[in-house]
Amino acid sequence: MSTVASDTSPSLPVDSGPITAADGTPLHVALQRATRKARIRAFLLVAPLLAFVILTFVAPIGQMLWRSVENDSFSANMPALTAWFKANEAVQPGAGLDSDGLPGEDAFAALAADLAGARENRTAGVVGTRVNYDLSGSRSLFTKSARRANRLEAPYKAALLDVDEDWGNPELWGVMRRSSSTYSAGFYLAALDMQYDAQGNVESVPDNRRIYVPLFVRTLWLSALISVLCLVLAYPIAHLLARLPLRYSNILMIFVLLPFWTSLLVRTTSWMVLMQSQGVVNDLLVAMGIVSDDGRIQMMYNQIGTLIAMTHILLPFMVLPLYSVMKTIPHDYVRAARSLGATPSTAFWKVYFPQTVPGIGAGVLLVFILAVGYYITPALVGGSSGQLISNLIAFHMQKSLNWSLAAALASLLLFGVILLYWLYDRLIGIDNMKFG
Amino acid sequence: MTGHAAPDAAPHAAPEPMVRFKNVQKSYDGETLVVKDLNVDIASGEFLTMLGPSGSGKTTSLMMLAGFEPATHGEIILNGQSINDVPPHKRGIGMVFQNYALFPHMTVSENLAFPLQVRKMSKADTEAKVKRALEMVELPEFGSRRPAQLSGGQQQRVAVARALVFEPELVLMDEPLGALDKQLREQMQYEIKHIHESLGVTVVYVTHDQSEALTMSDRIAVFNDGVIQQLSSPDTLYEKPDNSFVAQFIGENNRLNGTITESRGQTCSVKLDNGEQVVADHVVAGGEGTRTTLSIRPERIELDPPAGSQVVTIDGKIEELIYLGDHIRVRMSVAGTDEFVVKVRNHTGRKSLEAGQQATVGWDPADCRALDALAD
Repeated sequence: MSTVASDTSPSLPVDSGPITAADGTPLHVALQRATRKARIRAFLLVAPLLAFVILTFVAPIGQMLWRSVENDSFSANMPALTAWFKANEAVQPGAGLDSDGLPGEDAFAALAADLAGARENRTAGVVGTRVNYDLSGSRSLFTKSARRANRLEAPYKAALLDVDEDWGNPELWGVMRRSSSTYSAGFYLAALDMQYDAQGNVESVPDNRRIYVPLFVRTLWLSALISVLCLVLAYPIAHLLARLPLRYSNILMIFVLLPFWTSLLVRTTSWMVLMQSQGVVNDLLVAMGIVSDDGRIQMMYNQIGTLIAMTHILLPFMVLPLYSVMKTIPHDYVRAARSLGATPSTAFWKVYFPQTVPGIGAGVLLVFILAVGYYITPALVGGSSGQLISNLIAFHMQKSLNWSLAAALASLLLFGVILLYWLYDRLIGIDNMKFG
Repeated sequence: MTGHAAPDAAPHAAPEPMVRFKNVQKSYDGETLVVKDLNVDIASGEFLTMLGPSGSGKTTSLMMLAGFEPATHGEIILNGQSINDVPPHKRGIGMVFQNYALFPHMTVSENLAFPLQVRKMSKADTEAKVKRALEMVELPEFGSRRPAQLSGGQQQRVAVARALVFEPELVLMDEPLGALDKQLREQMQYEIKHIHESLGVTVVYVTHDQSEALTMSDRIAVFNDGVIQQLSSPDTLYEKPDNSFVAQFIGENNRLNGTITESRGQTCSVKLDNGEQVVADHVVAGGEGTRTTLSIRPERIELDPPAGSQVVTIDGKIEELIYLGDHIRVRMSVAGTDEFVVKVRNHTGRKSLEAGQQATVGWDPADCRALDALAD
């Protein structure tokens, strides 16, 4: 009986144990063994790309995030004073300080020793720069004092105050204490227009010194405006592209892609040629008598310049995702809606438009993210009112060399974009997104 | 002609047709006519099929009726009024598309409610009608699903329900069963036919599948090259084709070329190209000396007919036998052609057949029609 059963239904498991292959190994082990070679080969194929991505993407972003909270230019170069700060955590304004609000002789002794060391290693400038981020004018104090560090003698407090009375500024000692810790949120605070007050509490900087938050707001606002402009301009073009017979749509597609094949600089500078106050457009308007010679329209070196040039440059990024979605929507849907009694506008809004939402989402997200981080165009045509946050990041990278602040600004931008992406996923769903 | 329609309303007897194509022409490029002088009357309650190969103008004619393509010339009249300038959404014509065109971002219920909502129907009425429509196509539980979650046949039914839910008098169907597999297609043919009969709507149906057209239609218009070749009921179309194209396009057909030697009004004598003389129905215009193609249906031919019966007989040779279960297809060489097909019913006691065997074919002269000559 049992042999008959196993003959007619060999695949039926006799007992309730795990299913095994014919040789008795568990099925999932056998399966893994059978596909191992294919998996290794697949991994080897993607390995170069993986290495490339790690090297050029993950590592730099990790380093950026790291730098935004880490800065050891004080602690590495001022070891004695750093050690004193660490040993005297309790010495805060109002506790443990001398009557003049300054730490005692031992702190000044450590400072003198570090200044001598800084003179030896030529690092006084580095330390001074670090302190200067939080208290301007400090860099020269450090370099000047380091030059004289060899001649300092006990009592060091008096000697240093003799070199420069700024050493008697309690605020300086507060800044030095904060700078002495390798990790700090100070750069994020600075990137959000905030600072520590003398008591170490977080406060907003005075209104007239706020730079970054207004710039973040302007960047987001301009990027949103550019995305909307791109959408309004791209939607009909993409629709036309999707509907035209192939030979015409190919020609139109070339026009859409033409900007991609032209250098970004060439395109931006040609906008400058066209739109500046002595440019082609203004000359034409003056010649036609639409504007007077002294009433030339300012379209460059301000926000309008940034808006126009960036909308033009980012337009293809909106057209392509829209086109790829519209291409897949058969004309029959609109026809069906019309035959069911919908007017052309109802058919568009109720039937066609909802089906293009994945393309709109992809295009808007793409253009917005590109615009938020755009650098070269606003730098060239933005003037002062058309600068975006990336221009300031570049400034801190290249001019002020405050890399930690640049990293903090860039990280905030990254967090903002991730937040938007998350919001998009929650609202529309990332699965619905279709790029070209 | 319209024997399937309700007995009290013989549609062709109605004083006014529901739809009339009057000298309608259509050109897309200004150089060639896709539809050449179309004249059709479609009676109320009729199921009319436009049948033809692709590019014959049948879909274009349907699109002109729906309002998606303007007629280049001529008039389309719906219920006595010209609709040439009426936009599609004001024509009140239901339509089922080849790919169903169910709105993918709406549920089945929302799809069905769409035509009612754009007509500003109250919510309660809309719900009731949607429910009834779903019951009509036997999908009452599927209202909350998306079209993508339905099988092809279910989508098809929803598409039919959506085209009918706003109770149009006229429904157009553009190859609605083209995407279904054979079995489902046959089932849906009956379902659509039954819906048509129970609702009494007028249906204009486009297909290139002749068996579908024969199964469902009251009348069939056979299109070729922008012209209606024949417009008649399925049985007439099959049994009495007007020309060789129709005979060839509908069903299986045997062709024998010859020349008319003597015309006697209804019938004529034809001398086949190999010299045999046969009698046939005289359909083609022209008398003695006209080239003609004889058309005989394979199932009307008898193999080795008993002597003395009133049939035309020709000798032939069996070339090939194909066993098809209910019948056997016998390919023979007869009168110069080796594509002569005879269907032999698979009944008990049939004679055994073998390839290479000599055999006589015979048919009733009434089953043989002398049509316009086709080149070989």
